Amino acid sequence: MINVNQTQEKRSKVFNANTAFYVFNAIFMIAFVIITLYPVLNTLAISFNDGTDAVRGGIHLIPRKFTLHNFAVVFRSQNMIQAAIVTVGRTALGTLIALILNALLAYIVSRKDFLFKSELSLFWVITMYVNGGLIPVLLLYKNLSLTGTFWVYIIPGAVSAFNMLVMRTYMLGIPEELEESAKMDGAGYFTIFLKIISPLCKPVYATVALFVAVGHWNSWFDAMLYNRMKIENTTLQYELMKLLSSAMQQSGTATGGGNAVGGNTVTPITIRSAATIATMAPIVLLYPFLQRYFVTGLTLGGVKG
Amino acid sequence: MSRLGSASGYRRRKRQQENMRKEITWKEIKYQKTLIIWAILFVIYGFIFYYLPLGGWLMAFQNYKAKTGLFGSEFVGLSKFKWLFNDESFWNTVRNTLGMGIINLVTSFIMAIVFAILLNEVKSTGPKKVVQTISYLPHFLSWIVVTGILQDALSSTGIINEVLMKVGILDQPFNFFLQPKLFWPIVAFANLWKETGWNAIIYLAAITAIDPELYEAAEIDGAGRWQKIKNITLPGIKSTIMILLLMNAGNVLNAGFELQYLLENGAIVDWSRTIDIYVLKWGVSQNDFSLGTAAGIFKSVVSIGIIVVANELAKRTGEERLF
Repeated sequence: MINVNQTQEKRSKVFNANTAFYVFNAIFMIAFVIITLYPVLNTLAISFNDGTDAVRGGIHLIPRKFTLHNFAVVFRSQNMIQAAIVTVGRTALGTLIALILNALLAYIVSRKDFLFKSELSLFWVITMYVNGGLIPVLLLYKNLSLTGTFWVYIIPGAVSAFNMLVMRTYMLGIPEELEESAKMDGAGYFTIFLKIISPLCKPVYATVALFVAVGHWNSWFDAMLYNRMKIENTTLQYELMKLLSSAMQQSGTATGGGNAVGGNTVTPITIRSAATIATMAPIVLLYPFLQRYFVTGLTLGGVKG
Repeated sequence: MSRLGSASGYRRRKRQQENMRKEITWKEIKYQKTLIIWAILFVIYGFIFYYLPLGGWLMAFQNYKAKTGLFGSEFVGLSKFKWLFNDESFWNTVRNTLGMGIINLVTSFIMAIVFAILLNEVKSTGPKKVVQTISYLPHFLSWIVVTGILQDALSSTGIINEVLMKVGILDQPFNFFLQPKLFWPIVAFANLWKETGWNAIIYLAAITAIDPELYEAAEIDGAGRWQKIKNITLPGIKSTIMILLLMNAGNVLNAGFELQYLLENGAIVDWSRTIDIYVLKWGVSQNDFSLGTAAGIFKSVVSIGIIVVANELAKRTGEERLF
């Protein structure tokens, strides 16, 4: 009798500990989600709020005085339109070129019979650890006349050892037998790459393409460094960065007044929020459809084989 | 047992065959000429964009002038390095870079592992998926966007000030961006906010790969949750942790640029400026290419040193290593 009681007591203790843990874990996860999402949603609310009104504070998830003016100001600015064109262009073209070149290089070093495969791999792996640094690279681009052009976004970063290695790992996992019949039919290396390997590599191609595309979309430093004087080559993130630093400087003085635009007011803070939202919107909207590729990519590339 | 043995033996033999290099003969070269031509093009490309800049390191030993160029500028030996090492603000940037790099490295590791273990304990797949999907969304936002969001959250009317004032810790809004002491924690927090979910993916994958029988056996032996985590989960992902620590150790000096650059102001510059920003200020804004290059070389050399030391330590303790 005593024994049964004891086990019951023990069980209920375990049960209590379990419940306590699950409650704690649930609270932790909910807090995590709130901390992740709240700041984004708050910026979203401010971006749809009237400028002078926003300065009063107290806006949380819903705009208090709804307006689309902040976005109107952002999209009417000539620089932003140009920046959007350049950003879309570099994302599309840069991703395409990077994908083709990385895939080709990965294909070459993944050929088991290639005479110089280990030398070529080493040549590229070294680039992951050693680099010339900011100033020598800037000097090189100047000498190559790449600075001040759109191509500085596309050409230098197209091949990256990391992306190449991710693709190589995937290609090495493709059974050789699949190429055998094509080889017997006399297919050359290029035909095998195009007809046999590439169709099988679609998942890894998608992953690398997404990584590269997000990188292009998010980059601003190259625009600032190589195209500071060329407003026609500006990018969205760089324009946003300029807005942020001007809002930062004015935030002390501009708290009181805003600029009236057709009856509504905008302030650096609401403009900044609107530009932030506009710049991140494409990624957030595409994110649900693409995220599985991101995860595949990390598990493919992260654990170095 | 014998079947296993012979299978692995077969695999080993096959791998040896694969690794055996073909002899370089004209016939083979002719057969592989497509591959070789492409390889040469890739080597030329890589040489220009990755190896040629290393030649620019010459500038650090010169008084580089754009007019005279890399080959005509006057050599000044180590005087640029001497100037650099005598510059107090340079050592501030070294301290800041290392400090923030190490804090970021440690906090992001701990948070990612804790998050992965806790998320793994969430048993219903629906909520688990939702939390995970949300958790790595910030990874895909640029640092600029994150800075914008951070400025909103920490502004005088932002949520942090609001909460602190409601709780009664503060009487009036506090300007977080003017506090040198708070800068490193703010950077660490922003880094955690952006990367925790993303960093956790790899640990989650590693945890999933642990044999479930181990947990069942432990349960039969009466192990509690904490004991299971300590004795099964953590040892199970130890090699992943070590590999990632090693890979990230070399990046410690890269751990700070964008946020520090965007949030820099006169009040906190002594504690916010990193080596990269120093290079940018001197090399680009002040147009002193030589000094910028010298600081860049310092960073590269220290980085490689850290990688080598970390690798050596890992080798000594018998853990995984990079090379």
